[in-house]
Amino acid sequence: MADNAFKDIPGTTLFDSQQSRMGFHLNQFCMSLMKAPNREAFKADERAYLDRWPMTPAQKQSVLDRDWNDMLALGGNIYFTSKIAATDGLSFRQIAATMSGVNEPEYAQMMLDGGRSIEGNRSKMETR
Amino acid sequence: MARITAGVATSHVPAIGAALDNGKAGEDYWKPVFAGYDASKAWIAAEKPDVVILVYNDHASAFSLELIPTFAIGCADAFAPADEGWGPRPVPVVQGHPELAWHLAETLILDEFDMTIVNRMDVDHGLTVPLSLLFGQPDAWPCKVIPLAVNVVQYPPPTGRRCLNLGKAIRRAVESFPDDLNVQIWGTGGMSHQLQGPRAGLINREFDNAFLDRLIDDPEGQAAVPHIDYVREAGSEAIELVMWLVMRGALDPEVRVAHRFYHVPASNTAVGHLVLENVGSLAAG
Ligand SMILES: [Fe+2]
Repeated sequence: MADNAFKDIPGTTLFDSQQSRMGFHLNQFCMSLMKAPNREAFKADERAYLDRWPMTPAQKQSVLDRDWNDMLALGGNIYFTSKIAATDGLSFRQIAATMSGVNEPEYAQMMLDGGRSIEGNRSKMETR
Repeated sequence: MARITAGVATSHVPAIGAALDNGKAGEDYWKPVFAGYDASKAWIAAEKPDVVILVYNDHASAFSLELIPTFAIGCADAFAPADEGWGPRPVPVVQGHPELAWHLAETLILDEFDMTIVNRMDVDHGLTVPLSLLFGQPDAWPCKVIPLAVNVVQYPPPTGRRCLNLGKAIRRAVESFPDDLNVQIWGTGGMSHQLQGPRAGLINREFDNAFLDRLIDDPEGQAAVPHIDYVREAGSEAIELVMWLVMRGALDPEVRVAHRFYHVPASNTAVGHLVLENVGSLAAG
């Protein structure tokens, strides 16, 4: 497990051993979506496809709900969960917007304006 | 003997590849990004490297969580572009250089860098986007490529110090290869970006430019910077920047900056790019 300094970073989940162990099957499910026939099977019946994987009910629900932050909290890694987004035809920017709680035009504008500022985003101890 | 003549560093944002592949490079959004590489394209057309050792990371394409090598070297004859969920990028198959790659693997392992040897591997945007940025859209890539994949997905990635020292060892290994080869080393990924969670979209220009300065002038100092600083200051995915230290370690302590470029944004990410020349090899002609 990584040292606690990482836990002080706001809005950020470090993919350490703890997350990796928790999310192994969730991430391997995501990995399966790299093959077109698997994407088709998932799209045809999401619940049935998820039931082939020894994931927790909460992990399956987070996928069904497309709750991207929940997936991360339950051990998902963004490079894996983004394969669900690809299956849905969503871009990285679209899910980044969702994860940070804004719509895509707002997020795109924030990026054009130079991105999310580091000021106020370094530490949970910072006063906003 | 083979010699490392220059190093290239660049971000490898997947959206850049998609923009090029979908004919959007001329759009206002993308124009400044590609313009930042015009000088480098002219430079590399004149340099004509025989081989590029391309340091990059796999993004859950070739390596899932089943197997997570810290340093992996591609020794195959060729590497196909990976299907990352939208079908493979329409770019040429990457031709390897198995003789040099195996020589590097053997020499590095005996030099106590325990490389994972890879004989079959598809390569994702981490490797193909830098090739597109430097070479455009040719029918075949104009040089051989040795993929060197670094784990930066599962914590912990190798330390900055380890990456710099691997670069130094790569240089020694290249220089012990008998054939006359013009070898470049590229470091890719970064710069500041965070793709996950409520802090997604983080950009830190100050951090990025300080990193560029220090990578050029004080790589030993930069190598001592711990992971937490990258993640806290520049975003969870900015940790990819440790890969630039592998490139830097393979160059002379003092280098000539042939080109430097920085731009925000490309999708979620700050784009940084350096072309560094070994002063020694310039003098040698
Ligand atoms: Fe990357």
